Amino acid sequence: MKGGTELEPTIHEINSNKIIFKKKSLLTIIKKNSASYIMLAPYTILFVIFIVIPVLSAVVLSFTYFNMLQVPKFIGFQNYIRLFIDDDIFLIAVRNTLIFAVITGPVGYILSFVFAWFINEFRPKIRAILTLIFYAPSLAGNVYFIWLYIFSGDSYGFINGRLMSIGLLKDPIKWLTDPKYNFTVVVIVMLWLSMGAGFLAFVAGLQSINKDLYEAAAIDGLRNRWQELYYITLPQMVPQLLFGAVMSISAAFAVGAQSQALTGFPSTDYSTHTILLHMLDYGTIRFEMGYASAIAVILFAIMLISWQVVNNLLKKISND
Amino acid sequence: MKSIINSKGQVKISRRRMRKKKKLSRSFGGDAVILVFLLVCGAFTVLPLIYTVVNAFKPLNELFLFPPRFFVRHPTLDNFTTMMQLAGSMWVPFQRYLFNSLFITIVGTVVYVLIASLAAYPLAKHKFPGGMLYFQIIVSAILFRPEVTGITQYIIISKLGMINTYFAILLPVFAGSFGVFLMRQFMVTFPDDSIEAAKIDGAGEYRIFWSIVMPAVKPGWLTLIIFTFQGLWNTTGVSYIYNENMKVLPTVLGQIATAGIARAGAGSAVALFLMIPPIVIFVISQSSVIETMSHTGLK
Repeated sequence: MKGGTELEPTIHEINSNKIIFKKKSLLTIIKKNSASYIMLAPYTILFVIFIVIPVLSAVVLSFTYFNMLQVPKFIGFQNYIRLFIDDDIFLIAVRNTLIFAVITGPVGYILSFVFAWFINEFRPKIRAILTLIFYAPSLAGNVYFIWLYIFSGDSYGFINGRLMSIGLLKDPIKWLTDPKYNFTVVVIVMLWLSMGAGFLAFVAGLQSINKDLYEAAAIDGLRNRWQELYYITLPQMVPQLLFGAVMSISAAFAVGAQSQALTGFPSTDYSTHTILLHMLDYGTIRFEMGYASAIAVILFAIMLISWQVVNNLLKKISND
Repeated sequence: MKSIINSKGQVKISRRRMRKKKKLSRSFGGDAVILVFLLVCGAFTVLPLIYTVVNAFKPLNELFLFPPRFFVRHPTLDNFTTMMQLAGSMWVPFQRYLFNSLFITIVGTVVYVLIASLAAYPLAKHKFPGGMLYFQIIVSAILFRPEVTGITQYIIISKLGMINTYFAILLPVFAGSFGVFLMRQFMVTFPDDSIEAAKIDGAGEYRIFWSIVMPAVKPGWLTLIIFTFQGLWNTTGVSYIYNENMKVLPTVLGQIATAGIARAGAGSAVALFLMIPPIVIFVISQSSVIETMSHTGLK
């Protein structure tokens, strides 16, 4: 159902029974729906200024050289060419971001669903406690830096200390600064943080599935849990799955802050560098706004494409 | 399988079959295994947080024991005093940072919930040209988090002269589309009949919105309050605020915490302080949150 413009028949020629449709003028449409538009106005103004314009100007600025002090200078595709041909660190960042995205994204997404599905088995009280337990890391927000104390590279870090006292380790491992390990550390922390709004939506959605469907299916001969999951639960959950997907994609590609806090900025050998951090590097440190905008545009493109792909995939499940 | 349709053509399920058809292969053993699995994973999830809480109360001599001990023997409040001293020693007293954070969090939450709900109502209940398209844009905009729009957003904020003000943090948050999305999905389930009845009685749109719909969608805006509160409380505003007077708590506390493991005690106190408010609020309103989240599906 589209909110298209309304057509109003205006009878111009009565005698020949012809009715010519005349589109309502823009002004009448606005006046008729004035309440709607006025209510939307405060939010829309902010939305346009702080989201639409930044995104559009990122696209525009990506074709310029702009250092905040002088007027932007148009340089065509130079930024993009430099990104893909000349910038080794960018390519490292892309690789890292994609790996992080696959782990935080699909893996975190599937884990969220699996845990929500398991939690759904239990009584409301136990469900509430388990939900709180799994959602707690996301709730705590910015406190992921506590992992610094667990993975600290000296013998005072909890893990180093324990392993050394058991004798498994002779010297402390520099978890956070050694390129061999710090990537894994960031992955662990990202997984820890991945039970977010999507997880809550899954828990809620699973509860709201009509129980009669399960009973009807049992009568019809459904034999085990997996069939139940595939034929009933998942199709009923598609709206929540879509929502979880949006949240996952949004979080997966925006990995940056955690990597920065845990392994430094820049990380040793740029081992945990992400596209976002690369963008922040050029934007907030070197003030090469044009180049940073080009990186931002690439990030937007990746996210939008992923979202389209996932959207189509999930819509297919609902149609099966 | 014996037919469950009796001679009168009715679907009758015998008592015995009722008891048998409860649920598919749900064995007590299976459930126990799942519970154990969940508790193990839950331990991984929650242990770091518990470790932090415990650390916050450890005196210095217990913090740096080798081998490290998990629990605390002689709890003390020293770390909290250190934390306040450190925070207060940077030109500006601790209370100022606390005030900044509270102001931004409270004002920001109230204003955002109002603006987002106001925008969500027409999207949910009115039919007007562009409505569907507008909503699609809102949904796509969820992808564009502040982190990724940050660079050009910074340019705009700076050109508008808002660096070093509360607006630098608040206004981009007010532009966020998650709240509008959440409220709209919840409002869609509000029965149209009540709105029709109100219109017949002569109520204007704003009256309907404020007195009829909003009280009914309380779980919705309660959830939004929680999410917004959590987001604002934890925001650091790093790129936008350089003036010490205006800095918020997480920024300052974060500086203490990332100063390294030597500050493990104060850092853990910091973490404890930061994580308590969101967790407490969530525990209080968990059922409302879950109810709201069941409506977040995208069709």
